[in-house]
Amino acid sequence: MRSRYKFAAVLSAVVLLCSGALLLNPKVSAAGEGKITGTVKLDGTAPHMKGIDMSKDPYCVKANATPVHLENVVVGSGGGLEHVVLYISDGLTGGALTAVPSDEPVFDQRNCMYTPHVLAMDANQKFKVTTSDQTTHNIHPNPNPMTGNIPWNQSQPPGASPVEKSWKATEWIPVQCNIHPWMHGWFAVVKGPYATTDDSGNYTINNVPPGSYTVTAWQEDLGTQTAKATVAAGAAGSANFTFKAK
Amino acid sequence: MRTGLQKWSLWLGAAAFLALPLASWAQLSTDQLKAWESAPSAVSHVGNVTGHAKDAAADYRRYCVGCHGELGDGNGEVAQWLNPPTWPKPRNFQLGIFKCRSTPSGTLPTDEDLFDTIARGMDRSAMPQWSTFTKQERVDLVAWVKHFSPRWANEKPGDPIKIPPEPEVTPERIKAGRDVFARVQCWKCHGVQGMANGPSASTLTDDLGAPIAAFNFTEGSRPKCGDTDQDIYRIFMTGLDGTPMPSFADNIKPEEAWDLVFYLRTFMHQPSKEKQMAKQLNLKPVDPNAPPPSGQQ
Repeated sequence: MRSRYKFAAVLSAVVLLCSGALLLNPKVSAAGEGKITGTVKLDGTAPHMKGIDMSKDPYCVKANATPVHLENVVVGSGGGLEHVVLYISDGLTGGALTAVPSDEPVFDQRNCMYTPHVLAMDANQKFKVTTSDQTTHNIHPNPNPMTGNIPWNQSQPPGASPVEKSWKATEWIPVQCNIHPWMHGWFAVVKGPYATTDDSGNYTINNVPPGSYTVTAWQEDLGTQTAKATVAAGAAGSANFTFKAK
Repeated sequence: MRTGLQKWSLWLGAAAFLALPLASWAQLSTDQLKAWESAPSAVSHVGNVTGHAKDAAADYRRYCVGCHGELGDGNGEVAQWLNPPTWPKPRNFQLGIFKCRSTPSGTLPTDEDLFDTIARGMDRSAMPQWSTFTKQERVDLVAWVKHFSPRWANEKPGDPIKIPPEPEVTPERIKAGRDVFARVQCWKCHGVQGMANGPSASTLTDDLGAPIAAFNFTEGSRPKCGDTDQDIYRIFMTGLDGTPMPSFADNIKPEEAWDLVFYLRTFMHQPSKEKQMAKQLNLKPVDPNAPPPSGQQ
């Protein structure tokens, strides 16, 4: 008899705890809904980007109807800088810093170019390398092994299944295809929430709890810049950047 | 006639001149040896032989330091005279990245892999065969090579890839190997006849940005990591880390891999069963302009 009461007590305690957790949960995700938005611009004339000669591989020539240029500095409408990585370099603590997103960003080899040119990701976040091309690529990231990120080199012939990988440490990792030497991109490995700018230079870093932060913007040729941003409950933070053309 | 004093000063001068480099060598090596001996006790195991890093210090100092350098960074005195692609730069042991492995791309090699490389040497490079060392000395050197990189403290070597037993060579297998060669497009670098003249051959660079040549199968030299059928199998299933040669492990099935080994043999200068069969088949090189078989795995 006694044990039955005990069981009921334990059961109700469990139910109470669970429902409590459920009730508290929306609050947690509300905190996670904070964001930092802004624009990254280039001040000055956009540098000339060399045209790419793909004549090594007739498939690549055919795949690109219009001439293709290098993508080191891509400037869109209103001087917006594309492919800039933004992340919170100071101010994050606890779960907001250490949580690793479960979605898998995709780095595609399409028309003998990398799409996107810069793929941002969290340390230890899984990502996929895919190929949409009917020509063989080799995907060859070249990190510094001293950081704990180990270089590898894998082939992807036409129709190859995706390569799934992750990086241990934060680093700007150059990646290239040796078969098509113009193919050059980056894996930008950061810690905590991140964003990359679109073709107008706009970005939104999601999942930022209220607080004061330092946001860092990284551009492969122009370096890094930092700015302060404050996220209040229900109000997005803002940080804008301007890189000087070299 | 010289006076006795003149004679003595001459002798003294000559002795001092000879002793100077010796003295500086001795001093440097004593310090270095002390540091080396207190270094983490790197060990290696090959078969039933255990190697200890500190036992290899003197051998490294005498035979390896000229190219690979005091710190194992590949910046020995001789390194500046080695110009790629004819003479690849000496390996930087600190990075822990090695071409000849039995382990997947991006993993550390096994002790046996390093042991074999020391014994085999590296064809088409300044690295000779060190067959003069005893087995014990070579195993000690493996431990020594490992002690330069912190990676061995934090990582384990990869699991060696499994190589199924080699099947009998048949004309069908050689033809199937030709299809693999066409599908994964080995010819992009190695050329349709294995002459290292594919469209991408001229722009290849290694991880340090130095020019590097694709392997020319036809000129009679050995593949870099050994010339048994198993060695060739291993090269394209593990890749040569630090070079443009990728791993094809995800895209070539084990039985297809043997077919490819047989087809590659047909390019080689050395007479072989494969070469004879290819001749009888009147096998033509693959057509680089043929559309690749789409979506095929």
